Amino acid sequence: MSINTSSSAFRKIDVDQYNEDNFGDEDQGELQSPPVGPDESEVTSLLNQYPFQKQSLTGKSIDALKTVLRNAPLASKNPQVKDNAFNLTMKVLLYIKGSQIEEAVSALDRDLVDVLMKYIYRGFETPSEGSSGHLLLWHERAYSVGGVGSIVRVLTDSKRA
Amino acid sequence: MVERFSFGVNPITCHAWNKDRSQVALSPNNHEVHIYKREANDWRLINVLNQHDLRVTGIDWAPNTNRIVTCAADRNAYVWTQGSDGNWKPTLVLLRINRAATCVKWSPFENKFAVGSGARLISVCYFEKENDWWVSKHIKKPIRSTVTSLDWHPNNLILVAGLTDFKVRVFSAYIKLLEEPNDGGSPWCKKAGGPGSLGTLLAEFTNSPSGGGWVHGVSFSGDGNRICWVGHDSSISVADASRGMAVTKLRTEFLPFNTCTWVGPNNIVVAGHNCCPLLYTFDSSGQLSYSCKLDNSQKKEAGGLSAMRKFQSLDRQARIENDTALETVHQNAITGLCLYSGSKGAITKFSTSGIDGQLVVWDMNLLEKGIQNMRLN
Repeated sequence: MSINTSSSAFRKIDVDQYNEDNFGDEDQGELQSPPVGPDESEVTSLLNQYPFQKQSLTGKSIDALKTVLRNAPLASKNPQVKDNAFNLTMKVLLYIKGSQIEEAVSALDRDLVDVLMKYIYRGFETPSEGSSGHLLLWHERAYSVGGVGSIVRVLTDSKRA
Repeated sequence: MVERFSFGVNPITCHAWNKDRSQVALSPNNHEVHIYKREANDWRLINVLNQHDLRVTGIDWAPNTNRIVTCAADRNAYVWTQGSDGNWKPTLVLLRINRAATCVKWSPFENKFAVGSGARLISVCYFEKENDWWVSKHIKKPIRSTVTSLDWHPNNLILVAGLTDFKVRVFSAYIKLLEEPNDGGSPWCKKAGGPGSLGTLLAEFTNSPSGGGWVHGVSFSGDGNRICWVGHDSSISVADASRGMAVTKLRTEFLPFNTCTWVGPNNIVVAGHNCCPLLYTFDSSGQLSYSCKLDNSQKKEAGGLSAMRKFQSLDRQARIENDTALETVHQNAITGLCLYSGSKGAITKFSTSGIDGQLVVWDMNLLEKGIQNMRLN
């Protein structure tokens, strides 16, 4: 019978490698997300309509946000695609002003709030000048809609931003 | 509204009731199983089942045959039978596993039970009269990870398992030597044309298309046509076999749930890391929605800040405010949920146990009344 000891060196031995039927994450790409990510020109054009259509400024940037989140390549295995999508999403998140964040988050459905939360946390990992403070505003709003469940899914889901 | 009992500071790993609910078996997070007998509003320790070497992970008490089965991290399971002197006698079950056992459940007819384990298999065990011992048959394929939770279909032939590879699988647990393959026309068996042999995979569900984490708890509905499960992504899912295995998933805003059960034909109770049991409704259109929380307790007022308490707290914790109590009945995560009275189709009382060492009995009728009153006001 096994006896508990204080030694933990044995934990470093990978005994599972001798099993013939190891678990492998075989079903990649099960998530029906576009493999290429959001269309950069579409998003940029939505953001750049700013000087001419002042009244619908928020509407356009929210459309841009929806576009990047809906097309997020979470299931993609290509780091380049993921990085591009992340950079584009950060551009949109930093573009939207603090006063418009509440409106933007309330326009998203719950699944997109989860995706938004994933990008917010990825944004915290690679901060740029002033980005973290702005992302904290986003985080506050996304948290008030998605609750701790949304944060748990950032940690749990294997398909990451 | 609720009855709460404390069994010390140790977490309660798991608990199980006898038939008339006068006794409860629980494990205080070690290798022992304690049996308490209720005396008025108090519990008296009457037996200690001390046979396992490592932490007990599962207990189930068969109501009609009055047998207890326990499983533990020492890779063993014991079936306990009560002698005429009231003492419990263990019988070792040959599980043939090389990792810890994680969960155990008697089948509805109490002639077999299933043990989930870290050995990536489920042992379905039954008593062999010729040799006078409990033997096990394995369900191996296509399990490739630890089994976290199990539940039996009411027809005694189908088993659902929650796994750490983010999947829920429904298996046939039909044992030829023991029973007739009469599945009662269950929609789970429609495709296979019957329960099939032991280990036949009848259905498989992924917790979430975006990963979704471990599955912590599974439950068959009272009629056996639906299953619900909870995962580590704070979600609740329902799969309906009578609707062509349609899956409904609800991502909640709470901390992850550890356990779930059907309390009526359309109602589910879930409980877990948010320390509070919640009621969810599965309506006829196949939508899953939040109904209410079952814990209506208010935060206790600290009864003013006395000078004594203030300085005591300053002395011990270097702060004036010393209010760490949660506003829920449970003060830590809920890890176990058992039926207390009623049946799965219509549960009237259920019990929860958790890391805070408390065992709480919840009365659905009283809760319902309380909530209706609240709505009227």
